[in-house]
Amino acid sequence: MSAAEPVDTAVPAAAPRPPSGPRMTEQVLRVIVPIAMLVALVALWHWYVVAYNVPHYILPAPERVAQAMIEDWPTLSGALFVTLKITFAALAIALVGGVLIAVLLAQSKWIEIALYPYMVILQVTPIVAIAPLILIYAPTTQSALLICAWIVAFFPVLSNTTQGLKSTDHNLLNLFELYGASRWQTLFLLKLPAALPYFLVGLRIAGGLALIAAVVAEFAAGSAGAGSGLAFRILESQYRLNIPRLFAALILLCATGVAIFFATSLVSHLLLRKWHESAIRREN
Amino acid sequence: MSPASAPSPRDRSIVRLEHVAKTFSNGTVALADLNLDVAEGEFLSLLGPSGCGKSTALRIIAGLGEPTSGAVAWPKAMYDASGKPEAEIGFVFQEPTLMPWATVFHNVWLPLRLKGVSKAAARTRVAEALEMVGLEKFSAAYPRELSGGMKMRVSIARALVTRPRLLLMDEPFAALDEITRQKLNDDLLKLYKQFGFTVLFVTHSVFESVHLSSRIVVMAARPGRVIDDIAIEAPYPRDRAFRTSPLYAEYCRRVSDSLVAAIGATDHL
Repeated sequence: MSAAEPVDTAVPAAAPRPPSGPRMTEQVLRVIVPIAMLVALVALWHWYVVAYNVPHYILPAPERVAQAMIEDWPTLSGALFVTLKITFAALAIALVGGVLIAVLLAQSKWIEIALYPYMVILQVTPIVAIAPLILIYAPTTQSALLICAWIVAFFPVLSNTTQGLKSTDHNLLNLFELYGASRWQTLFLLKLPAALPYFLVGLRIAGGLALIAAVVAEFAAGSAGAGSGLAFRILESQYRLNIPRLFAALILLCATGVAIFFATSLVSHLLLRKWHESAIRREN
Repeated sequence: MSPASAPSPRDRSIVRLEHVAKTFSNGTVALADLNLDVAEGEFLSLLGPSGCGKSTALRIIAGLGEPTSGAVAWPKAMYDASGKPEAEIGFVFQEPTLMPWATVFHNVWLPLRLKGVSKAAARTRVAEALEMVGLEKFSAAYPRELSGGMKMRVSIARALVTRPRLLLMDEPFAALDEITRQKLNDDLLKLYKQFGFTVLFVTHSVFESVHLSSRIVVMAARPGRVIDDIAIEAPYPRDRAFRTSPLYAEYCRRVSDSLVAAIGATDHL
């Protein structure tokens, strides 16, 4: 096999071409269409409130919500920070714990048979139903919220990673066995990289769920005072009929959820874009 | 070079299967009393219908799964501290079996890496292996950027990077198109001539086996057993002239008849 010979008829590993013509237009439209849609919806909202003279304690106009957002920012930003802290702490512990337990389960069929049922029980019991008990056992309300958010976020990471670890290509496993790979080599060089796409799906689900669970747990805890998160501010606004502030808090929650979704999707894209089918643009 | 005309293959065998039988847990008898000598330097093909246990035999030699009874002997191998023979084998699967997340370089480095060879120390050997298969320019490419034939070349480079004495190939070109397959057959023969390793090649193609082999062992199924052993006494290099010669046609007829007998012996497909 001399070097000068042309190899097969394959395309070489060409660098992706810069976007041109229709690709470019599509990329611009991908940004413009969602923004235009948002502007249209806000305009419709505004028109409805003005045209039907809706009182602001039923449905505030968009500008009133914006005003509330600015005026109440000190309160809201503090609450947002508390919610974010619980969400990300829970997500971080869920990622580490989920992966570690998945690796443990993948080591032996018997460990899996012994432990998996309890993982499922944790997952299927509604978090609102366990929250009161956790509030009794946990030393502080904050740690109770953290535990609740963790329980919810941890399962998708665990179940996806476990599935990924078990789905390793059998031929590659044979290859590693053939070359006398140790257990650790097989784990780090083969099983974990092979499970990465599955783990990343778990991460995307867990990111969203961690935020939801942090909010739900705070509702269940009914905590109040200076150290409380967005959930409490929403309840408080409801009691006081401060609907503009309720909307502002809700918008912050939505924005956080969307930001988490984009961040996890970006991480996923960056890690998979070089090799995984899901990240490759299909062209026929 | 005519390794087929070895007078006493026992003295020269690199691996020997002695009364090997394999029964799977579901009761299928994959192999029954298989005796096989692979002589050093020969190109031996195992040819037979599906289910004749040719791949199973190859896997047993590779150490993937123990035989139910019988033994695998390595007369020439060194024995390591744990008493296991250091078989010095390379294995090429039917699929390229590359790690999709790793570049060509990392894929070829793998066998050395598993033995503790660092990236820097492996660089030259990986480059040499890639040059052997004509892919030295593709070391940074990912498997998905390569064609089927190129992926198979990477797989061959990976098998050769440890400089094995015995190359085990399990229907490596079966999934490739005819043109690519012909090219890879020619290239494999060049490497075989150049480096002098022994090849044990599993195939179900009569034409491929006659083109490549110095000896063909024909197997029948249910239970897997050897029914014929044919030496192909034609000199290497075997180029296009050989593939269009009357001698080639004659051998193909001979092997084909034997394969028909093997299928007849199974009597259901």
